[in-house]
Amino acid sequence: MNKVVYGTAGQTYDHKKRALPPELGIFIALLVIVAIFELLGALFVGQSLLFDTKGRFDGPLGLFNVARLKIMILQVSIIGIIAIGSTQVIISGGIDLSPGSVVGISGMIAMSFAQVAEVNGLPNPKPVFGAWAQDIPALVPIIVGLCVGLAAGLVNGALIAYTRIPPFIATLGMMVFARGAAKWWTKGEPVSFPSESFAAIGSGMMPVVIFVSLAILFHIVLKYTVYGKHTYAVGSNEDAARMSGIKIQRHKMMVYAIAGLLAATASIVLCSKNLTAQSGMGIMYELDAIAMTVIGGVSLSGGRGSIVGTVLGALIFGVIISGFTFLRLDAFYQEMVKGFIIVSAVVLDQWRQQRAAARS
Amino acid sequence: MNDEIVLETRDLTKHYGGVFALEGADFTLRNGEHVAIMGDNGAGKSTFVRQITGVEQRTRGEIIFNGSPVHFENPMDAREAGIETVFQTLALADELDVPDNLFLGRELIRFNLGPFSILDYRSMRERTLQALQETGVKIPNIRNIIRNMSGGQRQCVAIARTATFHSKLTIMDEPTAALGVQETAQVENIIRTLKDQGDPLILISHNMRQVFDLADRVVVLRRGRICANLDIRNEDITGEDVVSYITGARTQREYEGTAGTHSVAA
Ligand SMILES: Nc1ncnc2c1ncn2[C@@H]1O[C@H](COP(=O)(O)OP(=O)(O)OP(=O)(O)O)[C@@H](O)[C@H]1O
Ligand SMILES: [Mg+2]
Repeated sequence: MNKVVYGTAGQTYDHKKRALPPELGIFIALLVIVAIFELLGALFVGQSLLFDTKGRFDGPLGLFNVARLKIMILQVSIIGIIAIGSTQVIISGGIDLSPGSVVGISGMIAMSFAQVAEVNGLPNPKPVFGAWAQDIPALVPIIVGLCVGLAAGLVNGALIAYTRIPPFIATLGMMVFARGAAKWWTKGEPVSFPSESFAAIGSGMMPVVIFVSLAILFHIVLKYTVYGKHTYAVGSNEDAARMSGIKIQRHKMMVYAIAGLLAATASIVLCSKNLTAQSGMGIMYELDAIAMTVIGGVSLSGGRGSIVGTVLGALIFGVIISGFTFLRLDAFYQEMVKGFIIVSAVVLDQWRQQRAAARS
Repeated sequence: MNDEIVLETRDLTKHYGGVFALEGADFTLRNGEHVAIMGDNGAGKSTFVRQITGVEQRTRGEIIFNGSPVHFENPMDAREAGIETVFQTLALADELDVPDNLFLGRELIRFNLGPFSILDYRSMRERTLQALQETGVKIPNIRNIIRNMSGGQRQCVAIARTATFHSKLTIMDEPTAALGVQETAQVENIIRTLKDQGDPLILISHNMRQVFDLADRVVVLRRGRICANLDIRNEDITGEDVVSYITGARTQREYEGTAGTHSVAA
């Protein structure tokens, strides 16, 4: 490796001994949690959670229980897309409680433009619009859905940036409003029968592909672009960011707008996967998404965290959910443990910060 | 010598609700001149700086920079016009490292994609090291985030930031407040370099020795008003004289009536 200079004035600094990335700790936590479930699995159900002990799978991943791995990742992909948005919102020092409801409204509206004219040779029994909105290219509902998400995000951003309402309140308002709008759209009726091309978006492992692609994209955006740098700056010290000439209001608008776009993306994938849109879909997704980011080491006080961390947080989340099903425990235990983990992650973050504050 | 006026304020005033933090400040700064602003805590020194640098919008008054009236909407406008400032609060992002902070708001980029432009980390790092070396600032590891640095190191980073970019006017609000002996000397050297280059400076400081070492002129603020303008290079003025203006024991004749002459006990 060529020599890299990190400091000035000849002070000693051994860059080989620099602090390990915080994501490593989260990765270790993931391994520990897997190990716990493996142990519990071996003790109580006589099975392995992740490994293929019965030789059912072969190929490069033959060592693993590929079927369960797939389900596990698929399960967290859609909320994971929302969590990418939450990550940048929380890094910017904010919070977004609206994505779950934005999933509802953007899905309902998008799906209305994705319907087919005929179902099994009969006319569509529940068309939202007339023939003009049926059998049209999937691009139309995609764009419509994204626009709805974008609009919701822009409203959030405008409220937060210009009226200085705390993000918690502004997005809480959007959460309630968008859920209401989702119910109002069809008076509570589900919207079903999407076109084949629309249904392809979320079929098979597509949600995972979309999640991973977006995670890579936003990893690059947050780490290597001006937008990303400003997001960290705004979250770590808003006054300093303003004095450095960052246009705080414009930046916040962008952060929430992107979060809205990602919520709409998640919604499109979800509707396509389920072949239906319901006004109640996405309830509590925002909390799961926030949990993933917090577990992934994103600090609720802003300025710290990464997409890599959030992806690991999503995996931890997935392992826990699958793990509980695997141990044949009831769903309410799962929720209770989820609550416990969220609080632990926040406590851990607080503790880390106090330690950092005590040092400086 | 070039006597052109770089900065002039006329009746510059800032009220925060009922607090008259700055009242009717008439101030001029000539090219190459180093002016110190002194005054007790809460006298309005930082307030004066915030009005000039676009951090806040003034209540009233005029600011003339380089011959034309200016209305800086935000700090970036002031920077683009050529005013570099070390704020008293330092204005550093705690979770970012040294190059990130030096270039915050004016990042070097590799491809221009608007807000999503790709950062040129390597150039920023190289220019940071260069700037730190030129200013003699000691930072063992520039990749360290500000949060993990000592108070003095933070201040050094903020000073290096102003020194990196060539500016028409430099403002330093208590730049050596948290610094050790050596670091203070280092900052004073940076200031002397500016003087040698003929660059003007506004220095806010409570350190009398420093002011007498570095400044050509002292402007004293008291309760938001200018109460003295002292040519310490040419006139026979001592530290005690300055102190008497700061505490309100004296007021220069031309400022009487504007700056309250009543005693501090009021
Ligand atoms: N944002 C604000 N809102 C209300 N009052 C303010 C605000 N900023 C400053 N002040 C008040 O204005 C006055 C001048 O403050 P300023 O910060 O300019 O003092 P200073 O001369 O820089 O003092 P120091 O030497 O302590 O830095 C103080 O009384 C302060 O309380
Ligand atoms: Mg001050």
